[in-house]
Amino acid sequence: MYGDNAAVDHVSFEVTSNEIVGLLGPNGAGKTTTINMLLGVLQPSAGDISIAGVDLTRDRSVALGCTNFAAVYAQLPGNLTVYQNLRVFGLIYGVKQVATRIHEVLREFDLIRFRDTKCGVLSSGEQTRVSLAKAMLNRPRLLLLDEPTASLDPSTAHDVRAHIREFASSGSGGVLWTSHNMYEVQEVCDRVLFLSRGKILLEGDPRRLPEERGKASLEELFIAVAREPLSLEISEQ
Amino acid sequence: MSLRRSAAIVLRQFYLMRGSAARVVPLFAWVGVDIVLWGFMSRYLNALTSAGLNFVVTLLGAVLLWDFFTRVMQGVTMTFFEDVWSRNFLNLFASPLRISEYLGGLIMSSIVTSLAGLVFMLIIASGVFQLPFFGYGVVLIPALLILFFFGIALGIAATGMVLRMGPAAEWFVWPIPALLAPFAAVYYPLTTLPRWMQYASRIIPPSYVFQNIRGLVSGGTVSWASLAFGAGLALLYLLIASWFFSRMYRHGVRTGLIARYSSETLN
Repeated sequence: MYGDNAAVDHVSFEVTSNEIVGLLGPNGAGKTTTINMLLGVLQPSAGDISIAGVDLTRDRSVALGCTNFAAVYAQLPGNLTVYQNLRVFGLIYGVKQVATRIHEVLREFDLIRFRDTKCGVLSSGEQTRVSLAKAMLNRPRLLLLDEPTASLDPSTAHDVRAHIREFASSGSGGVLWTSHNMYEVQEVCDRVLFLSRGKILLEGDPRRLPEERGKASLEELFIAVAREPLSLEISEQ
Repeated sequence: MSLRRSAAIVLRQFYLMRGSAARVVPLFAWVGVDIVLWGFMSRYLNALTSAGLNFVVTLLGAVLLWDFFTRVMQGVTMTFFEDVWSRNFLNLFASPLRISEYLGGLIMSSIVTSLAGLVFMLIIASGVFQLPFFGYGVVLIPALLILFFFGIALGIAATGMVLRMGPAAEWFVWPIPALLAPFAAVYYPLTTLPRWMQYASRIIPPSYVFQNIRGLVSGGTVSWASLAFGAGLALLYLLIASWFFSRMYRHGVRTGLIARYSSETLN
C-alpha cells in the first residue's frame, strides 16, 4: 500500500530453480513494486516472501544473500571502475574466491577490456552488462532482472538472453524477468505472469497463452491486458 | 554482524580516495588552514598579554580538538553522501548488508580519515606553533573518546535525517558543528555564556572536555566525574542516533522511499 492506494494486491507466485518467469504488464501495473518487495527495499503491508526457504522479513540478510538483481534504474556507482565495483559487491555478497569469480563474470559478459574503466564512462549497454555481472557474482538462487536488455543492442541482448538461459538451465537458480519486449519474453521465459492494476490477471506458457486467449500474439495479448483488463478478468471467471 | 561487509564500505571509500585528490585534499586542507590561522592568532594574543597566559595551549589546543570532532562527524557523513551522490542505495540496501554493518563501515571510514586529519594537525601545531599536545596528559584519552563518540553520534543522526528528507537535506548537515560550537565552550569558559546557554551546554558532551582541559591548563584539576558524565552522555547519543537511523531506514522501507531515493520528491 502507498498511502490508501494498493500498488499490488493478492499477488502470489513461485519461481522454481531452472525456471525463468516473466513478469509482464503495462507501466504502473506493479512489476517494479513487486521486485522492490522481493529485494527487501519495500515492505509489503501484508503477506510473506520466502527466498530459497528463508523468510525475508525474519532473516533479511540471509534471504537477500540468496538473491541478486539488475535493473536499468540501479546502475553501479560511476565513480568506481568495473573491477572495484565488483570487488565491493563481492565482499558484500560474501562471494568466496572473489578475484576468481570476478574474472569469470567479466569474461562471461565480455567486460575484460573494461576491467579498469570507471563505470560512469561506459555506454549504457556496457553499464547494463556490468550490472548483470554483479547480479551473477554470488550465483543467486533467485535472480531478479528488471528490463535487463532495455538499453542493449540486438546482438548484445541476444547474448545476454543466452547467458540468462544458461544460468537457469544450469540449475543454479530461478529468474524473475520483467520486459516490454514480447519477442524476448517468448524466447526466454518458461512462464509468464500478467500483472494489471496490481493483480495477477493471467499466468501461463508465453508460447501457448495468446492462442488460449484468442489472440494472435503475445504482444496483442499484452495490449488487451493493458487496455481491457476487465474483459480478461471476466473471461477468466 | 559481518566485518567483511563493513570492510566493503571502507574499501569503496579507499578506492574513491585513492584516485581523487578532490576527496583527499579536503581531509587535510581545512584543518591545516584552521591550525595555521589559530596558531598565529594564539601567538599574537600571547604577545598582547604579559600575564604568562599561553594561548597556544588553551586556544590552539581547543581548536585542534574541535576540528578533530568535526572530522569525525564528517567522516561518517561524507562516506554516506558518496552513496547519495552515486545513487547507490538500491544496490546496497537490496543486498545482504545489514544496517549495523553499513553503519560499522561508515564509522570505520571515519576513524581512518579523522585520525589522518588529527595527525596532520598535530604535525603543524607541534612543529610550527610548539603546541605540547601530549602535555595535557591522560585527560586526552577521555577527551578524544568523548569527541569521537559524539562526532559519530552526530554523523549517524545527520545521515538518518538525510535518509528521511532526501538528498537536498545535505545542506542541513554541514553547519551542525558551527551551530554547536558556541554551546560547547570551545574558545571560552562556560561562565562567559548567558545562563540559558550554560544550561544547554550541559547536554553537549564536548563542553565537559573543553571545560576540563581549560581548567587543567589554568592550574586546576580534572573532574573525572564530569568527564565520565560527558562520556556517558556521548554514548547515550550514539545509541539514540543509531536507533534514529534504523527508524528512518525502516520508515524508508515501509513507504518505498529507499527504492525511490534518487528522486527529489520524497516529502
